[in-house]
Amino acid sequence: MDINTIIIAAGILGVMGLLFGVGLAFASKKFAVEIDPRVVAVREAVPGANCGACGYPGCDGFAQAVVKGVAPVNGCPVGGADTATAVAQIMGLDAGETVKQVARVKCEGHEENCGNRYDYDGIDSCLAANMLNGGPKKCLYGCMGLGSCVQVCPFDAIHINDKGLAEVDPEKCTACNKCVVICPKNVISLVPYEQLTIVACNNYDKGPMVKKNCNVACIACGICERNCPHDAIHVINNLAEIDYDKCTNCMICVEKCPTKAIQGDLSLRTVE
Amino acid sequence: MENASIFVIMVSAILVNNFVLSRFLGICPFLGVSKQVETAFGMGMAVTFVMTMAGTLTYFVHHYILVKLGLEFLQTAAFILVIASLVQFVEIVLQKMSPTLYQALGVFLPLITTNCAVLGLALLNIQYDFGLIQTIVHSFFAAIGFSMAIVLFAGIREKLEISDVPLPFKGFPIALITASLMSIAFLGFTGLV
Repeated sequence: MDINTIIIAAGILGVMGLLFGVGLAFASKKFAVEIDPRVVAVREAVPGANCGACGYPGCDGFAQAVVKGVAPVNGCPVGGADTATAVAQIMGLDAGETVKQVARVKCEGHEENCGNRYDYDGIDSCLAANMLNGGPKKCLYGCMGLGSCVQVCPFDAIHINDKGLAEVDPEKCTACNKCVVICPKNVISLVPYEQLTIVACNNYDKGPMVKKNCNVACIACGICERNCPHDAIHVINNLAEIDYDKCTNCMICVEKCPTKAIQGDLSLRTVE
Repeated sequence: MENASIFVIMVSAILVNNFVLSRFLGICPFLGVSKQVETAFGMGMAVTFVMTMAGTLTYFVHHYILVKLGLEFLQTAAFILVIASLVQFVEIVLQKMSPTLYQALGVFLPLITTNCAVLGLALLNIQYDFGLIQTIVHSFFAAIGFSMAIVLFAGIREKLEISDVPLPFKGFPIALITASLMSIAFLGFTGLV
C-alpha cells in the first residue's frame, strides 16, 4: 500500500465527514424546534425522579405545564420549598409557602394490640389480602403489614417494622402520594412534617365495637376534644381528627387519651 | 445469494437468519429496552426506519464511492460515519415533523447509532452482493425480524415480571435464559430456505 492510498482514504473519509457534518448543521438550522428556555431551566430545577406526584407525566410534563402557566410553581411536592423557590425564580413569580409533608401510617394495631380473624397465607400483597373478606386483621381499617406500600415507594422511605406494621421514614419521604393511593385500607395519609401529634387510628366503627378488636383504637370518647385548648381535635364519624393548622403539638390529648390512640413523643411537646 | 429471490430474502431475514436470535446482533437493545411491549415496539419501529435508510444509503456509498475509488477496505469506517449522521439527521427531522413520535422513541433514537445490527446489516448487504432492490428488501425485513424478536421477548418478560421466579434467577438471568430458549426455538426455522 503506497502513501497515496492512505491519503486518498483519509481524504475521502474527511470529505464524507465534512459533507455529512455540513448537511447536519444545515438540517439542524432548517428543522430547528424552538423550545422555551424556561422549560429546560424548570426541568433542571426539579428533582427528576419522574414520580408523577405532581399529576403530570414525569418531570418534563411538569416543566411544560409550569411554563404554560397550568401548573403552580410549587406543584412539585417532592422537591419541596427549595425547588418551589428555584422554579418561581425562573418563572419570575413568588413561591408562596409550601409546607413539607410526609406520609404517616395511622395505625398501631400490631399483633399484640389487634389480633387476626384468620391466618392469611397468600401472596404478600395488601390488595390481595383485602379481597379475602377485608383481610386477616380483626380491625377492618388497620394496616395489614403486607407491604404493598413498600413495593410502590420509589424513595425507599416506607418499610414494614418489626411489629409488622408499615412505618414511614420521614427523612426519606417526599410526599409523592404513591403509598397513600395504593393502600386498600386508606390508612396512610399525608401529614405536615412538623406535626408531632397524630391520631394513630383509622377505625370509623363505634366505640364498643372498636374496643373488642383493638387495644389502641380510637373509641370516639371525645375526651381529646373536650381537653384541647386550641379547638384543634374533633371526633368526626367516630374517629378523632386533628386540624393540623390549629394544632400546636401541646400533646394534652396524647396524655388524656384513654386508649393511647393519639401518638406523640411527649419529650418533644411544646410547653406553654 | 446474489440471485436470491425477494421472497427468499424476506423469509430468510425474518425467520432463518433473524438478526437477534440467529446472528446475535443488536443484543444490547434486545435486552435493554424489552421490559415493556410498548417501548420495545417503539424501539423496533425506530430501528426499522434507520436500518432501511442505512441499508439503502450504504449501498450507494459503497458502490458509487468506495468501489469506484478502490477503497473497499474503508467499509466499516465509512458505514459508521453514514449511520451516525443518518441517526442524527432522523432525530432532527423527527423532532420537527412529529414531536409525538420523537417523544415516544425518546432516548432509543440516538442509541441506535451504537446498535451493531445496523452496521452488521450494512456489511452483510455488501458481503452477499445484493442489488439495490434486494438490499432494500433485506434491510427492511431484517429490521422487521429484529422488531418481531424484541416485541415477542418483551411480551415474555412482562409475564416473567409477575411470575414466581426463584430469587437467584430474578431479573437478567431469567431474561437471558428466555432469550436463549427463543434462540433455540428459532433454530427450528433453519431448513426453511
